[in-house]
Amino acid sequence: MTQILFKDINKKNLHTMKVYEGIGGYQSLKKAFSQKPEEIVEAVKASGLRGRGGAGFPTGLKWSFLAKDVFPRYLCCNADESEPGTCKDRELLLKNPHLLIEGMILCSYACRIETGYIYLRGEFHDLSLIMDKALDEARAKGYLGKNILGSGFNLEIHTHLGAGAYICGEESALLNSLEGGRGEPRMKPPFPAVEGLYSKPTVINNVETLCVVPYIVNEGADKHAALGTEKSKGTKLVSVSGHVKKPGNYEIELGTPTSELIFNMAGGIQNDNKLKAFIPGGSSVPMLPADKVDTPYDYESLAEAGTMLGSGALIVIDDSINIVEATLRLISFYMHESCGKCTPCREGTRWLHQIVERIMQNKGQLEYITKLEDICDNMAFKAFCPLADACVAPVVSSIKYFRSDYEEYFKNVPAGVAR
Amino acid sequence: MAKYKFTKNQEKEISGILEKYPVKTSALLPLLTLVQRSDQLVSPEAMVAIGEKLDVSPAYVQSVMSFYTMYHTQKVGKYMILFCINISCQLNGCDKLLEHTARKLNIKVGETTSDEKFTLHREECLAACTEAPMMRVNDTYYGNLTEQRIDQIIDSLD
Repeated sequence: MTQILFKDINKKNLHTMKVYEGIGGYQSLKKAFSQKPEEIVEAVKASGLRGRGGAGFPTGLKWSFLAKDVFPRYLCCNADESEPGTCKDRELLLKNPHLLIEGMILCSYACRIETGYIYLRGEFHDLSLIMDKALDEARAKGYLGKNILGSGFNLEIHTHLGAGAYICGEESALLNSLEGGRGEPRMKPPFPAVEGLYSKPTVINNVETLCVVPYIVNEGADKHAALGTEKSKGTKLVSVSGHVKKPGNYEIELGTPTSELIFNMAGGIQNDNKLKAFIPGGSSVPMLPADKVDTPYDYESLAEAGTMLGSGALIVIDDSINIVEATLRLISFYMHESCGKCTPCREGTRWLHQIVERIMQNKGQLEYITKLEDICDNMAFKAFCPLADACVAPVVSSIKYFRSDYEEYFKNVPAGVAR
Repeated sequence: MAKYKFTKNQEKEISGILEKYPVKTSALLPLLTLVQRSDQLVSPEAMVAIGEKLDVSPAYVQSVMSFYTMYHTQKVGKYMILFCINISCQLNGCDKLLEHTARKLNIKVGETTSDEKFTLHREECLAACTEAPMMRVNDTYYGNLTEQRIDQIIDSLD
């Protein structure tokens, strides 16, 4: 299987300039600078690369939406990786920081950007030090700064640490946070491409997305487009976690069956239990039952199966637990992380939590399920950002596929329990 | 209220931070982080001083700060243990391990030991799901935890 991002990931000292250049690092810059910026944007469009952070928006298209002739423009790399189940960006940042820098240089040249920020979640303090060191090395080599490699192109890149807020991974909340405000999402439009950081045109891309760009420039858009399926091009890092024997980040060509990831790459289910459910794209997407495990891991096939590829975090659940336990944990996460700006999200996440907790205390009744569905219906797509929708996903899908797990709790309701 | 004084080194660091941004307010989170890393909390005096550096009111500083879970206004232990309890860790038995850790430290989750050495908190996902169950102690990530490994880690910290 072709690997773009993880080909050399375990090479010793890959995080240093010397080793990175030794495997051909930063070679794409000369090639890029011999082309017009627009040609790079077109190549990224033609490559079929889509955002790897969660939404899956076509990357080249995003770049082409920047407001014309408005400067300065900014690039923000989203390294606020916080979606439960997801830890692929952490591995890239930890082991291959120069790949991200190279990708950011290419994006900035293509979009005529002279300042870039890497927004890392606050808990990634150690990674910010690694990144700062790599940035220093790149400056010393003349890959950053004024007139890079004599091209006339200038670029500075800085790291910026958040301070513990999942919502700052949402792009408009990230911008507010980077501007020194509370990390609450903004109303869209205007989209960041028109009014982003400091109200200037801004590109926001995930770490993994930017790390693919050097491959596209080096090898050509066609070579990237030839990987994967007809509509889902390229490769994807998938964080496989939960009840598997060999949890880890694995790079696959899009379209690889999910079962291959679980049973082959990740070594199958722990204790040889039976697979019960899996969440294919991080905690924000609907879970699927075991009989869908052969679904090809790509954007379209997962959408057709009623879920999403999301951030590429495959959470595997075996038959040793009641699905309601896992669902409550996820609701609890969204309740904790709701910024409180929009009523459906702020109140809805709490109500869902209260009801499911009551069910688990054997104080529920069948009508509670209808109530849960009703609340979900009033939360989804009714807030500024997708956090409420994300909270709804595990609830609705767990009821759809594992209703009997809820009903288990209704069997043992003691007589006379106040409802 | 006594005036908060930045050290010479901090002043130098602050100048470096301010150079990164075309708009000063962007330095707010970095400055809060700088203060907390030296004082282990952000005091009201420090909020005023940060506000003065960035031309914003202390109330603004406080309102932004209160949004983020990593800033503290109360003293915490020398070692802050953040124990991940989200789904991948849950599936790998973190609840029992968290109980074990609290028992070992003889505190409840959310509390600080009487010698002010350890504070124990539940934490939402820390992005190390493939190493679940895991915890973060100050800046260090520890994965693939077992009761024995937790004991060893805690005993090794002085």
